[in-house]
Amino acid sequence: MLLISCPNCGSRDETEFHYGGQAHVAYPENPNELNDREWAEFLFYRDNTKGAFAERWLHSTGCRQWFNMLRDTVTYDIQAVYPMGTPRPAAAPAAPESGTASLAADSTTTGTAAPSISGTSTSAPSISATGTTASTTAPEGATK
Amino acid sequence: MSTQQLPEHPDFLWRNPEPKSSYDAVIVGGGGHGLATAYFLAKNHGMTNIAVLEKGWLAGGNMARNTTIIRSNYLWDESAAIYEHALKLWEILPEELEYDFLFSQRGVMNLAHTLGDVRESMRRVGANQLNGVDAEWLDPKQVKELCPILNISDNIRYPVMGATYQPRAGIAKHDHVAWAFARKCDELGVDIIQNCEVTGFVKDGNRVVGVKTNKGTINTEKVGLAAAGHSSVLAEMAGFRLPIQSHPLQALVSELHEPVHPTVVMSNHVHVYVSQAHKGELVMGAGVDSYNGYGQRGSFHVIEHQMAAAVELFPIFARAHVLRTWGGIVDTTLDASPIVGNTPVENMFVNCGWGTGGFKATPAAGMTFAHNIATGTPHQLNKPFALERFETGALIDEHGAAAVAH
Repeated sequence: MLLISCPNCGSRDETEFHYGGQAHVAYPENPNELNDREWAEFLFYRDNTKGAFAERWLHSTGCRQWFNMLRDTVTYDIQAVYPMGTPRPAAAPAAPESGTASLAADSTTTGTAAPSISGTSTSAPSISATGTTASTTAPEGATK
Repeated sequence: MSTQQLPEHPDFLWRNPEPKSSYDAVIVGGGGHGLATAYFLAKNHGMTNIAVLEKGWLAGGNMARNTTIIRSNYLWDESAAIYEHALKLWEILPEELEYDFLFSQRGVMNLAHTLGDVRESMRRVGANQLNGVDAEWLDPKQVKELCPILNISDNIRYPVMGATYQPRAGIAKHDHVAWAFARKCDELGVDIIQNCEVTGFVKDGNRVVGVKTNKGTINTEKVGLAAAGHSSVLAEMAGFRLPIQSHPLQALVSELHEPVHPTVVMSNHVHVYVSQAHKGELVMGAGVDSYNGYGQRGSFHVIEHQMAAAVELFPIFARAHVLRTWGGIVDTTLDASPIVGNTPVENMFVNCGWGTGGFKATPAAGMTFAHNIATGTPHQLNKPFALERFETGALIDEHGAAAVAH
């Protein structure tokens, strides 16, 4: 069971949340101009990263708000929780300690834009290596 | 049904060779699908100068972690064709491989708990019959006759309103299946190389010409990927993407019991599937964990949920104990159908996306994938499962028959 730090409600059990898949996938700017291959990429292709992965979660039985999370898909260690619409923080170099909750998440409210990472300072946002839609600044809710 | 004596463990069924510097074809992944592919490459296409590379131990991934259910009652023509072909191969393979892996055709029931379930199930029975797949619809009384320990009363949250039943379906000993294929592969000259992890590919332009491994570079003319949950990782090394997501899928067994469960029962709606292994353990599985994961473990609430469903359906299980739980990494697609065919890289082929139900397809996946690798063009049976379908839109939506929530 993951212990997830909702930016609004604090640490709660995974069962209160719903998974929303890869984060930072923007709706195509000019959908009419896409060819079939590009549509397929948008509809069906998502990164399937082994390692640090930026993903969306919905606190369905709490505040019912979406947020983003950086989680290691091998260790399941949660490295950062950050609001939708803000860039992906850099992955933590190595899991500093065990524990699944982001340290700073409880103080992060909906209005705060700065992403927080447990253990390390923020550095430049990085784009997932294989991402084709390179937008890291999708507006909140734009991809749902 | 009775508990059956398992065959004695033989000493060695295959050699453990060091890799040669080159092969005509290399299969990445020494699970059921990889071994079956190698077997059919050797047997049907005379390709014996081939290797199966396995990063861990033989059949130690999903082949060691599945719940061994074999059935072919899928809805669409394309799926029914390939899964039914697999079932027909299961029926002859023990003799062909000269190895009794205890394929037990004890039937599989898929329960219906809502009116929607009933309609979907009846539709599927009709479609199955038109496709030559043995299937019938059972009312709750018939369900009870076939599986007396099932609770068909009205006083549970989701009463049993009936079930589809496929009598030819069943279970097999998964490890023995892998060993049966491995032994025959070895006899035919195939090199099975364990502890050999692929770290990259050598390409000449867009054509693959070699495989980089922790045991050195191996030159090859053709590469077949059969790595299930790790397919995306391999594809990324090769320079292309796959529309799959890897999720943890958990299963568990109880301690050994006297035979109480004569068939296989699956419930899509309340999320549990149960059979009793030959030795006597109750074997159960459920849906995938929601998040992407490569950790071969999942969250405990998924287990709790499936146990709640199991105990409601089978009240006598209430006093059984969970002995062991584990997880595999399943490669799910958005239409719950596999991807078998060519890739954007020349001479590289992929067999993946079987998600939660790859075990049952092992022989047909191997046969068609071997055909595809040997000839460069898909077999009639795997043609509809090409990667291109995500562009053409010709999806094969098997969420209803996949029986596990993806």
